[in-house]
Amino acid sequence: MSGEITGRMVGVDVGGTFTDIFVLDEATGIASVGKVPTTRPDQSGGFLDGITGQVPDLSQIAVVVHGTTAGTNALLERKGARIGVITTQGLRDVLEMRRRDRPRTWGLCGDFEPIADRRDRLEVPERTLADGTIHTPVDLDAVREAAGGLMQDGCEAVAILFANAYANPENEAAAVAAVRAIWPNPHVSASHEILPEIREYERFSTTALNAYLQPEVSGYLNRLETALGEGGFDGEFMIVQSNGGVMAVETASERPVRTALSGPAAGVIAAGYIAQTAGFPDVITGDIGGTSFDVSLIAQGQTQLSPQTSVDFGLTIRSPMIEITTIGAGGGSIAWVDKGGLLQIGPESAGSNPGPVAYGLGNDRPTVTDANVVLGRIDPDNPIGGKLSRLDVEAAAAAIDTHVGVPLGLGTYAAAEAILRVANSRMAGAIRLVSIERGFDPKRFAFMPFGGGGALHTCALMADVGLARSIVPRYPGVTSAMGCVIADMRQDFVQTVNAMLGTLDVDALGQFMQDHHDKGQAMLDAARTRFDAREAVFELDMAYLGQTHTVPVAVPVNVVDGQVNAPTAAQIGAAFDDTYRATYGRLLPGGVRRILNLRSAVIGRRPKFDLETLAPQGDAAQTPRRRQVHFGEDWHDTPIYDRLMLPVGAHIPGPAILAQPDTTILIEPGFTARVDRYGNTIIEAEVT
Amino acid sequence: MTEIDPITLAVLSGRMEQIADEMDATLFRAAFNPIIAEAHDASHGIYHAQTGDTLVQGKSGLPIFVGVMAFAVQAVIEKAAADGDLEDGDIYAFNDAHIGGTHLSDMRLVQPYFRDGELFCYLASVGHWHDVGGAVPGNYNPAATDVFQEAFVLPPVKLARKGVVQQDIVDIMLRNTRLPLSAQGDLNGQLGALELGVKRMDALLDEYGTDTIRAALGALSDRAETLMQAELSALPDGRWEAEDFLDNDGISPEALPIRVALEIAGDRMVLDFAGTAPQCAGPVNIARPTAVATAYVAIKHIFAGLPANSGVMRPIEVRIPDDSLLSAEFPAPTGGYTETILRMIDVIFSAMALAAPDRVVANAYGTINALSIAGKRSDGRPWVMFSFYGGGHGGSIESDGLNHGNAPISTATIPPMEILEAAYPVMFRQWALRPDSGGAGRHRGGLGAIYEIEVLEENGAEAFLFGERGRFAPKGVAGGGDAAVNVFGFEHDEGWGTPPMVSKMRGIKLRQGQAVRLETPGGGGYGPPGERDADAVGLDVVRGLVSEEQADRDYPGWQEDQG
Repeated sequence: MSGEITGRMVGVDVGGTFTDIFVLDEATGIASVGKVPTTRPDQSGGFLDGITGQVPDLSQIAVVVHGTTAGTNALLERKGARIGVITTQGLRDVLEMRRRDRPRTWGLCGDFEPIADRRDRLEVPERTLADGTIHTPVDLDAVREAAGGLMQDGCEAVAILFANAYANPENEAAAVAAVRAIWPNPHVSASHEILPEIREYERFSTTALNAYLQPEVSGYLNRLETALGEGGFDGEFMIVQSNGGVMAVETASERPVRTALSGPAAGVIAAGYIAQTAGFPDVITGDIGGTSFDVSLIAQGQTQLSPQTSVDFGLTIRSPMIEITTIGAGGGSIAWVDKGGLLQIGPESAGSNPGPVAYGLGNDRPTVTDANVVLGRIDPDNPIGGKLSRLDVEAAAAAIDTHVGVPLGLGTYAAAEAILRVANSRMAGAIRLVSIERGFDPKRFAFMPFGGGGALHTCALMADVGLARSIVPRYPGVTSAMGCVIADMRQDFVQTVNAMLGTLDVDALGQFMQDHHDKGQAMLDAARTRFDAREAVFELDMAYLGQTHTVPVAVPVNVVDGQVNAPTAAQIGAAFDDTYRATYGRLLPGGVRRILNLRSAVIGRRPKFDLETLAPQGDAAQTPRRRQVHFGEDWHDTPIYDRLMLPVGAHIPGPAILAQPDTTILIEPGFTARVDRYGNTIIEAEVT
Repeated sequence: MTEIDPITLAVLSGRMEQIADEMDATLFRAAFNPIIAEAHDASHGIYHAQTGDTLVQGKSGLPIFVGVMAFAVQAVIEKAAADGDLEDGDIYAFNDAHIGGTHLSDMRLVQPYFRDGELFCYLASVGHWHDVGGAVPGNYNPAATDVFQEAFVLPPVKLARKGVVQQDIVDIMLRNTRLPLSAQGDLNGQLGALELGVKRMDALLDEYGTDTIRAALGALSDRAETLMQAELSALPDGRWEAEDFLDNDGISPEALPIRVALEIAGDRMVLDFAGTAPQCAGPVNIARPTAVATAYVAIKHIFAGLPANSGVMRPIEVRIPDDSLLSAEFPAPTGGYTETILRMIDVIFSAMALAAPDRVVANAYGTINALSIAGKRSDGRPWVMFSFYGGGHGGSIESDGLNHGNAPISTATIPPMEILEAAYPVMFRQWALRPDSGGAGRHRGGLGAIYEIEVLEENGAEAFLFGERGRFAPKGVAGGGDAAVNVFGFEHDEGWGTPPMVSKMRGIKLRQGQAVRLETPGGGGYGPPGERDADAVGLDVVRGLVSEEQADRDYPGWQEDQG
């Protein structure tokens, strides 16, 4: 193990507009934040400027943790590498055939371009059966010939995708070794290494996407690492994964597919920590962006992981990710009246460019942000993100009149209120989706808006969904950067077992567990960072024979001196019965219990910092400015407070606005805000 | 009646859709059989207390049920009126397809929802059970000549009285299936979905009040009607006709015509199926409710932005002639209803393409290819591998058709090859796109697939296929070409054979090491092939999606025009 280093920990989140920096001095426990414009096309400029702006001497930094959207953007914009595929005879088209789905339930238009061109997908003689038997040994000459051809044609990366490689990787492993021996770069991905799990499309897609992202993401990370090194940085550089844990930059370069939701995941991690520290372990986070509203639920301090996601139609990634539900309703979503006379919000969006009408960049259809501007909720003299010195309130009002007010027979302000009511109702629907629909009672949960726009809608969402309270972190705009500093180190593993409980080979299962445990510990050992604790968690995907939806069953596993003691079949059976009963209410007497996959996670708990260091100092009284703000049917003379200057313990009754450079918090009539000892703003309905 | 403002209506519309969606999700999670759990062959909704009309329907359920469930609820309304004993907490169950549409595999549960002692609306749940008795496991019997050879028939009966499930009814249901554990699991899931629906409706009515919700439900249907009228008004007036054929009924080889005349006048439309074949002996008949619901599915695909409730059908008259394949009488067999309704959708699309070519896509592959391979393992345990297979979608004004999609009546995904190979003694020699299967056109039809499946079990196996489009190809629209037909072959000791009924066959004997091979149709092309960009043809050829020979036939001179 390398020597531990202490010093400053730096979290960096690169967004579309700003690069956010969060710095924690481990020795003093003091934190600071910074924000610089994101540089394009090479983000490393802003990245480095942001860090040196806070810590001029990079040698004083122990750890830099980065939440990146490089992978997400490459996927959404289809800007990954040209990749080749070498696959089993007869299976060339699996990536293009998907699981026989279609983009939308209603309407049959639309086609699909796979990430690997059909010309670059080559078949070789080889076949493994489902029980692991080798039916046809792999023809390595054919593999080498295929790889040579792909190289010649200009493929930068290659994915090796063999049938049933989860059951026996022998053929695939031989093929990948042969390819690596001749491939000119490290961008070679094999399906049994990326995801040794049954279901060929999901495994192939995840592996191919890994290859697709590898040149871009590893190149980007490499540039950052070099720039940091040239600046004198000698600490650990780590990347946030979609599962909310961090990994070494080398791992991220090998497994870039794990960074698909890196940026948003970091935000959720920080939100969970802030809420739990403030005394609210049950929290729902909401990030309102230009085009979307992202919601995630944390119960008892635990983020929810989903086993797979589709970044876009046909781009499936199967890898544990923090569950984030997205709907197309954000500040830039356009309001319109349909032919049946009903007010609709989105899905069309003006995004951040041209953005809302009030930005004056050419859009003339009203957005959610325009409604907020017209009602006085956003300060037109201090625009965030726009390029004007003053927002164009009149243009926003005219657009609302034309497209919503006139068709519905409403005045400007009533129409703007209507836009917000429908938009809030759609966002409330997303919150219900992650809470009520999954059996969580929203009354138990606090709502935490982050990103710039969320805090405008907080009171409305609380009222609509019935949430107990909201908690607005002190620096909502840098939540993701803070999450980078807080996140634990984590590695997930999966192995398909596919056995009946009655005939389970417990020793073989124990061997898989041991293997996962050892690999995870080795990763923690190699990290030059400090851990408060280490954990290994083992789960089995189980169901009754004949059922296809499995339940995740946590199994008790005893690890002594690095030796994993696998559970007995009886213990597994009991754990399944408990979980199944809790999920579905009743067991199925006589049903045969089946184990599909083993899932393991090895976690290194990183030291946490004291959020109180962020709290405001002193108790300066302030005389608020005042502005007319529209609520319900009337204008209210509303005080505007400088949020960051409010002392701990301050109580502000609604209506009020708390303003800070990148966030506006709206306290509606009937709600009260108070500042807790960490500097968070807690909003609750007034008790009447 | 309470007036309702459009803003509250927009809010309530989302809330009620969410209730139906949540009922769908509950059943998908809890269901025991993969046809519901994976293929989502189920649906839930809220229905009118007096007419049974669909008021709100879940987004994730099977499209065909959106229209057909209203008939199931109407059947219960009639039954309850005749018996005069409808009470709070009652739940009716039945699978009779001649009353409720589709086929006998679909178990329907219908529950009256009461508010303050008064009937407010109905909630319903339908799901495709794995097996409901009859001659063939899984109930796709291509040679059935009446319903009794397909499954056991349950008319609407009270499964629950005043909130108490009647165990004797459950016992009858479970004694009439080969898979009682699966059936019990699915039934529990459907009861759970209804329970949840009641709870959510209670909460919604508590929050907004009975009058507001009643007004909202009425207004939502009116609004859907207005939307449909606006769409129809924008289309030209006139009358357009289209016809297509089913290969056969599985019993005799004659082709069966399906014809439609589509007439638009102002804001109204008539779909008249006069001239369609009469009721046939085999299982490609459908009952009248299924036919009407199918028209709804086609309309919803053409006008994809419209809400899912019965209001959209008010401006549309669907004329189904008596004594027709589309209005079969009890006990005519209806197990293969999917093939017939897919062809109805095809002719509606083809006719609409004449009226408004920019609004429709060309025909999709048009058959579900229900293939089962069954046998006994060496230890005597029986196995049945049953699945539906995919094909290409039609080209559209926007783009080429989708390769390997699911049928327009369904949102089901296909089980992974590795899951099938792990569960059954088979090996897929090929799972690939089928070159030259998409219809030529400015926008080419999507490609169908090739699946070649070898039996590994030393005892051999037997195969059954229920398919269509073996003789009549999916059609192009707006000048686009037709796709390739469905081709099925099986290996025997002398080589490869094909079924006498083209794409329907039972009892195909396979030895260990022998295979069946399914080559599914693509989708039809959109627009004249001469208008296709020569570079796009060139790309198709180098990608191997279209052979050079086929390109020469469909796009003469394409090589010279390369950019």
